[in-house]
Amino acid sequence: MKLLFNYLLFPGFLFSACVGLIAGWVDRKVTARIQWRKGPPWYQNFVDLMKLLGKETIIPQGASRMTFLLAPFLGLLSAVLVATILGVSLRMPLESFAGDVIVILYLLTMPAVSMILGGSSSRNPLASVGASREMKLVLGYELPFILSILAVIIRSGGSIQLGPILNQQINFGSNLASWPGALAFIAAIFCMQAKLGFVPFDVAEAEQEIMAGAVIEYSGLPLAVFRLTKAVLLYTIPLFLIALFWAGNLSWLALTGKYIAVLVIIILIKNTNPRLRIDQAMRFFWGPVTALAGISVILALFGL
Amino acid sequence: MDLKLKALTKSIWVFHAATSPCNNCDIEVLDLLTPKYDVERLGIVLVGSVRHADALLVTGVPNYKTRERLKKLYEQAPKPCVVVAIGGCACGRIIFQDSYNSPCPVDEVVPVDVYIPGCPPKPQAMIAGIAKLIKKVRGEK
Repeated sequence: MKLLFNYLLFPGFLFSACVGLIAGWVDRKVTARIQWRKGPPWYQNFVDLMKLLGKETIIPQGASRMTFLLAPFLGLLSAVLVATILGVSLRMPLESFAGDVIVILYLLTMPAVSMILGGSSSRNPLASVGASREMKLVLGYELPFILSILAVIIRSGGSIQLGPILNQQINFGSNLASWPGALAFIAAIFCMQAKLGFVPFDVAEAEQEIMAGAVIEYSGLPLAVFRLTKAVLLYTIPLFLIALFWAGNLSWLALTGKYIAVLVIIILIKNTNPRLRIDQAMRFFWGPVTALAGISVILALFGL
Repeated sequence: MDLKLKALTKSIWVFHAATSPCNNCDIEVLDLLTPKYDVERLGIVLVGSVRHADALLVTGVPNYKTRERLKKLYEQAPKPCVVVAIGGCACGRIIFQDSYNSPCPVDEVVPVDVYIPGCPPKPQAMIAGIAKLIKKVRGEK
């Protein structure tokens, strides 16, 4: 009963979706203000979802029906699971289970996998281009992301559990205050941008070149689920980074402030950069970002 | 009042179908997205895929090729979907009425909900047309 409550209501589905949708509005509003426009009202993302629920769902001819309809839910379910695990362990660090960092790492890849599955099952050339780009992007950002998390794990004495990582930071100060932590955080922010599919790394759904990429054939409910997944991720991934790097103070007010700070970084990167081609993005991730994460791992090994 | 229909009028995603226009109306349509008019404040967004569209924005006179494409586009759009004819050409074919390559006006191919005449119509006229369309969808007077 408590598990169901956690999953569906409080740190899970409802809460993370609401926070994510409002964060998505903040993104749209700030983008509009930067472009000297007025921007949509705060409930815009909720209205968009409501509208999509009322639209017809079209399954393209010759598409694999089951995969096409179930792929979006795979992404949403795993994103919500991450939100639940994170929310519970942030509130009560002792309730985390052994190895949950590894579980979160796997689950955070699932939305990208669902995008690839949905795109390739929809039998549209642009969707398969989007899916293949998404695949390459996953290969690109996973390596530096895991390396930067490795630096955190080394700093907290080789523990792969959120509770000890949080406790270590509460007792000895945030990871961000140390050199390896700061370098790993910078690398992780770039990976987060790619995981969220935001502008310098949005080749997978570039709306100018390949329309909407993997989601081009989706309409109605499945499209709403994809957008909901994006919203939940916009809440989850920044929170995951905060838990790993910046968890010195875990009061409500401090968490909210930190989340807004990370959100501002995301929006600023998004609005001041042009889109990279997929080869440029790969070179960026396997070059400078991996080097940065690698240096932070080495520094962490030397115990700086 | 149906909640889903109300949501539809507050977030109209527009697909721009150019059926052989002279590009004059298209440029005026793009004006709507610029800071001066900014239709995103009304929830209107230009989308790239017709599967995401709630409104089909038609400009130009259909010729033999684009007539078929327009018909296909309308069939591919998820319903409910409205059609807006923008510019004199899409409304009534003005000087191309007797042209050898214009088989029919737009409203013989797809059911048009709102006509916005002008050559090209001003952005203000387009916003006024969309406001009338919203009233029509909601069933208000």
